[in-house]
Amino acid sequence: MLRFLAAVGAAFLSFLAGTGSLALFAGMALATAFSPPFYPRVILREMVNIGYFSLPVVGLTAIFTGMVLALQSYTGFSRFSAEGAVATVVVLSVTRELGPVISGLMVAGRVGAAMAAEIGTMRVTDQIDALTTLSTDPLRYLVLPRLLAGVITLPMLVLVADVIGVFGGYLVGVYKLGFNPQAYLNGTWQHLERVDVVSGLVKAAVFGFIVALMGCYQGYYSRGGAEGVGRATTYAVVSASILILVVDYLLTAAFFTR
Amino acid sequence: MTNISPAQKISVRGLCKSFGRNRVLDSVDIGCGSGESLVIIGGSGTGKSVLVKCIVGLLRPEAGSIAIDGIETVGLRRAAREQLMQKFGMLFQGSALFDSLSVWENVAFGLIQGRGMGRQAAREVAIAKLAAVGLGPEVSLLRPAELSGGMQKRVALARAIAAEPEIIFFDEPTTGLDPIMADVINNLIVKCVREAGTTAVSITHDMVSARKVADRIAMLHQGRIVWHGPTAQIDRSGNPYVDQFIHGRADGPIQMKVRAA
Repeated sequence: MLRFLAAVGAAFLSFLAGTGSLALFAGMALATAFSPPFYPRVILREMVNIGYFSLPVVGLTAIFTGMVLALQSYTGFSRFSAEGAVATVVVLSVTRELGPVISGLMVAGRVGAAMAAEIGTMRVTDQIDALTTLSTDPLRYLVLPRLLAGVITLPMLVLVADVIGVFGGYLVGVYKLGFNPQAYLNGTWQHLERVDVVSGLVKAAVFGFIVALMGCYQGYYSRGGAEGVGRATTYAVVSASILILVVDYLLTAAFFTR
Repeated sequence: MTNISPAQKISVRGLCKSFGRNRVLDSVDIGCGSGESLVIIGGSGTGKSVLVKCIVGLLRPEAGSIAIDGIETVGLRRAAREQLMQKFGMLFQGSALFDSLSVWENVAFGLIQGRGMGRQAAREVAIAKLAAVGLGPEVSLLRPAELSGGMQKRVALARAIAAEPEIIFFDEPTTGLDPIMADVINNLIVKCVREAGTTAVSITHDMVSARKVADRIAMLHQGRIVWHGPTAQIDRSGNPYVDQFIHGRADGPIQMKVRAA
């Protein structure tokens, strides 16, 4: 019994230490934003990496999500003769939840893993130490640009995903389920409010921060050669994905609970 | 910052560093004069790299003092540390070139990011430094992954000397190179250090390299300096650890831990 309690206690202490270390890492990286030098070229490069190169995967996921959503909601609502609500359900689901969450998860898999692998490799091959000896703060040069790029770029990506996702629903609604195009578009616009889109974009900014933070943190503290880098990559994706889902609930509760 | 004796460029006193229960440096005392080339020798795992990383500021010691130009550097704040780094250059064991940048961008990195030099001017300096280590301008646009190990070492050396630092640290500069390329690197180190009057601290277990580049040699064993003196005296040091090490003998006071399979 004592051994079990000791194990639970050790796991809890380890969780607290990890949380503290992550918070400290984020704080130290963000603190570098308030003094020069700044690295706009690096921020721009990371924005292209996160945003432009994620467009195909996010676009594909979004269009199929919108299409499946239209099909599923139609089969469900037809039991209650509420087929007319399909367009509204698709647009609200995509803008409020599925756009940001699916984009966040896709970017966590594609970009978070790449960040952890790149920074982890830099760590185990002494490139991060080399940065320090070249009078360059690794947090300022490697971490801050990725955090900023994540926060700025993911909302843009989600905006595109929202449009593509709604378009996917429109395609299925009009060409498979036989909706009148004008009626479908009316259903889409009629109940859409600004807060639906804005809440999704705020979520996207937070998810962008989470993905970049977990990728950078796991890579920065990776140890033990190729195996350590592989472990860092896995942890970056898993931890970012779990955090995205948890924070999504908290933000949804904050935006829509009255 | 506390003023200590300005006589030596680098002065290390009572330096201790542990990782968990493993005490790697145990009250190390060592100094290096201005323009001098000091080589620290010792077997693998004796703390050579840890000592250099503590001096550079990449690791924080638990106790002891490290003074550069008579100024205490242990516990320096971030801004002061970044300022101090401008005195340093370092050649890493695995070269540690940035994969995502071209060769010239690697060499010019410290000038552009660390000192705010314009890209065009920094590129000209980088090409001049590449020429100093025997590499032509055609190499400047390649990526580090496209170079051989010896060429990567040369690029890393060019990067270390690009900003004309006052002190250069060489971490195992010839490890993994064939004897001829190792000698080329040794010659370049001697040339670069002597021509610029730079203070150099190297760590190696390659005695050929140590004899070639050192003015003075110190031997580190189990976290302590067990001998130090001029290079010319190493063959008659009278120290059993040094004798065993320089002759590469398995028998002697240094016992390698070999676990039975």
